[in-house]
Amino acid sequence: MIEIENISKSFQDKKVLHSISGKFEKGKTNLIIGASGTGKSVLLKCLVGLLNPDKGSVLFDGRPFTESDKSTTTQIRREIGMLFQGSALFDSKNVEENIKFPLDMLTELTENEKIEKVNHCLNLVGLDKINFKMPSELSGGMKKRVGIARAIVNDSKYLFCDEPNSGLDPLTAIKIDDLILELTQKLDTTTIVVTHDMNSVIEIGEYIMFLHNGKKIWEGNNKEILKTKIKELNDFVFSNKLMKKIR
Amino acid sequence: MKNFGKYILFLVSLLERREKLKTYINLTINESIKIGYDSLFIVSIVSIFMGAVTTIQTAFNLVGPLIPNYVISLVVRDMTLLELSPTIIAIVFAGKVGSNIAGELGTMRITEQIDALEVMGINSSSYLVLPKIIAALLMFPILVIISATLAIFGGYTAGVLTDVITGQEYIYGLRYEFNPFNIPFAMVKSYVFAFIVASISSFQGYYTSGGALEVGKSSTNAVTNSCIAILVADYVLAQILL
Repeated sequence: MIEIENISKSFQDKKVLHSISGKFEKGKTNLIIGASGTGKSVLLKCLVGLLNPDKGSVLFDGRPFTESDKSTTTQIRREIGMLFQGSALFDSKNVEENIKFPLDMLTELTENEKIEKVNHCLNLVGLDKINFKMPSELSGGMKKRVGIARAIVNDSKYLFCDEPNSGLDPLTAIKIDDLILELTQKLDTTTIVVTHDMNSVIEIGEYIMFLHNGKKIWEGNNKEILKTKIKELNDFVFSNKLMKKIR
Repeated sequence: MKNFGKYILFLVSLLERREKLKTYINLTINESIKIGYDSLFIVSIVSIFMGAVTTIQTAFNLVGPLIPNYVISLVVRDMTLLELSPTIIAIVFAGKVGSNIAGELGTMRITEQIDALEVMGINSSSYLVLPKIIAALLMFPILVIISATLAIFGGYTAGVLTDVITGQEYIYGLRYEFNPFNIPFAMVKSYVFAFIVASISSFQGYYTSGGALEVGKSSTNAVTNSCIAILVADYVLAQILL
């Protein structure tokens, strides 16, 4: 479980996050949603330590992350897997080398064991026989899958996904959502997904935190979100015609 | 001053939370090929012509009835060792390798590849930059030695082919009143310049923010700042060591 307590963050004089607290449970897909510019990605970066919050703390299974010394922070980070918005695959490495990279850097496994794990992860994300392709040869959806494979290869306890289906067609986006849900349940990870995609919210939102202007104004699940009376959330959820019709 | 402080902190961060030695050895070998071997062609071309032009211009400006011909190769030798090979090649090095380093790291920054390393618990600056600096320190002095050799050879060829000096005179001039200290001086300069180019270019690339436009700016800044730092260091080293 990941707990956040009173996280605040400002850039110069602009306050981006206002005292956000919440609990993200293990084995669940936890979503942070909100319109563009509401601080979702900043919150995610504070969670994984790419940004330091001005105030507040982050606890990974009770272990303080933000106030810890560098060795503890490094230890926790090595239990984190993250899928970036643009996949962030290393251009100079092929698919196999990209996925194997965390194993090369952080484990003492033999080369055969590493390759076995890489193939297992590729199999889990539904990709086969692309080990030697370069990232530039992959489609957007394939890159995301390889990114997920790299995120889980080191038996990560915590999986973070930043806009996992941005730039993907609806069908591929749903497949990626299903994959994240399936892996979360299968691997029992604490998964946090930052998104503004309503399909994801409906499909995989087991816990949802809604941010508006840097403040948490609602939390619940994908069933409760459709019955909410909060104006800002309603404006966000029912912003398109299809959702209005469903309502 | 703020940027200089940031640069010093960046250099300190290279030595924190280091990875396994084997990782650095492999990366340094790869970087040495990119930085050293791949620069060989441009360094050779520049050096040969640098020596040739120095010979012709010295002959044109200096030699008269009272000044012997061997002075030409003496000038070529000292200019090559003291200034042309370490400094001019360092500027060429900044243009080729420095812009490449800044572009590579800048692209990695804006495509979140550096963030990906950090999230994995890897010290990205140490992992990405330290091998580049070590490779530059290993390869640049070798490039300077090759450059000096080729410049003197270029001078010989141009001098003999244009009949401004005979081969014997050229060799005599090369040996005449040779000060052996010029070689360690050139080597000290080459180590300092290699460090300047690799570290400043890495710093510019590593702290890129924005998009493609900013990557381009980082590359330009890397070359400009490296060149200025090379010239300042050149003056300081000459003042201290000569």
